[in-house]
Amino acid sequence: MNAAGGTIPKIAIRGVRKSFGRNRVLDGIDLDCGAGESLIIIGGSGTGKSVLVKCILGLLRPDEGSIRIDDAETVGLGRRARKALLQKCGVLFQGSALFDSLKVWENVAFGLIQGRGMPRDAAREVAITKLSAVGLGRDVAELRPAELSGGMQKRVALARAIAADPEIIFFDEPTTGLDPIMADVINNLILECVRGLGATAVSITHDMVSARKVGDHIAMLHKGQIVWHGPATEIDRSGNPFVDQFIHGRAEGPIHMEVRAQ
Amino acid sequence: MLKALASIGAAFLGFLAASGRIVIFAASALAAGLTPPFYLRVILRQMRDIGYFSLPVVGLTAIFTGMVLALQSYTGFSRFAAEGAVATVVVLSVTRELGPVIAGLMVAGRVGAAMAAEIGTMRVTEQIDALTTLSTDPLRYLVLPRLLAGLVTLPLLVVVADVIGVFGGYLVGVYKFGFNPGAYLARTWQYLETNDVVSGLIKAAVFGFIVALMGCYHGYHSRGGAQGVGQATTYAVVSASILILVFDYGITQALFAR
Repeated sequence: MNAAGGTIPKIAIRGVRKSFGRNRVLDGIDLDCGAGESLIIIGGSGTGKSVLVKCILGLLRPDEGSIRIDDAETVGLGRRARKALLQKCGVLFQGSALFDSLKVWENVAFGLIQGRGMPRDAAREVAITKLSAVGLGRDVAELRPAELSGGMQKRVALARAIAADPEIIFFDEPTTGLDPIMADVINNLILECVRGLGATAVSITHDMVSARKVGDHIAMLHKGQIVWHGPATEIDRSGNPFVDQFIHGRAEGPIHMEVRAQ
Repeated sequence: MLKALASIGAAFLGFLAASGRIVIFAASALAAGLTPPFYLRVILRQMRDIGYFSLPVVGLTAIFTGMVLALQSYTGFSRFAAEGAVATVVVLSVTRELGPVIAGLMVAGRVGAAMAAEIGTMRVTEQIDALTTLSTDPLRYLVLPRLLAGLVTLPLLVVVADVIGVFGGYLVGVYKFGFNPGAYLARTWQYLETNDVVSGLIKAAVFGFIVALMGCYHGYHSRGGAQGVGQATTYAVVSASILILVFDYGITQALFAR
């Protein structure tokens, strides 16, 4: 609880700005995510969703603003403190980002072995348990990522994201590139894993089916600003023209997609 | 005129900035190696990739280099009846100069390109970001093992290249020009000094480090998908090859200029 008697958010973002050259990608983001909550960030391509998540993870440093996790400032953390913070986090990357040179189980156990110094045999058992949690058998553990289908790679990436029982899990476009059935399988797995761990989840997606299914709250990002934030159940009644255009996938509306290079 | 001067100045400043970035990159990777964890398994794997798998290409180029050297020096020296110096010229040229340079250039083409492509692909597919989120420092895990492996392995490769290169010269000298085998070998040893071999090994260590550094640096900073990775690979090979020749002159000047 904070001084005012309210609950301290797990992640609190205030006034975050980030530019690349003259291109301002994030323009004063204010956003909270409560502990155990599943927050979905939606928005068109190039609106800064991935940049925002990378700023939270410390992969990019914001030009201005504050990002607090568990009420502790994370912007400008040193290498050691950042490593400790990242041990609380799991990330599922858009393209899965599995290490080609390693076997599936080594991918899943990577953070345990290299990041936490767990013996390989013990880490292998944890990896096989996590693979089974995402519906993959022991036989898959010895394969290389290139031998798996896209859906299986996503599952392995999910197993890697949850391998160390993280407090916060980030999902970057978890269903992009999958057929609707596999996308639903991944959504169910995300729900099971997040609820099973009691973790806080932050997902970025274009997929409204996924957003409605997985999210407790949804925030919409447009031109580097949060234009709407509310419960997932309220999104159809948001009254926000940006949200309405986005969730109905209409070409007409306040959002103008760039169709040619500037 | 002013425009031309401005563009020369801009290019020079760009060169200085790039040099600074490369030095900082190398220093950061080496500094990461001062504290644990140490990825011994990764270092050994890199040594195998750089050293063992480069043996065929380095061996082939070394034997033909030695053979051509014997051929050229024999036809040249025969003009003033100095054919007897062929064995000495071959061994000194191979150990001091051609062994490390040829091996360095071959490894730059084979290993430097592969490093840039592998790390570049890891960059554009977010695998390097994934490493960071898995509490693993990419400089420590990806770059440092390659730098150390390049530094240690190229001298070992050059020892092999030296032996094979001298053997190439021996083959041509004995079987084509009819030198007495014992006399050829005696001539080979007669004027060879420890410094000749050691200087070649020092060059090899520097070249190995340069090849690995250029491969890692350009791969690590690649952008923009397949095209960016391809560009990184080209930059890695070209810059490593140029730097090998530049450092070759610098080291030779430092070690042998009187």
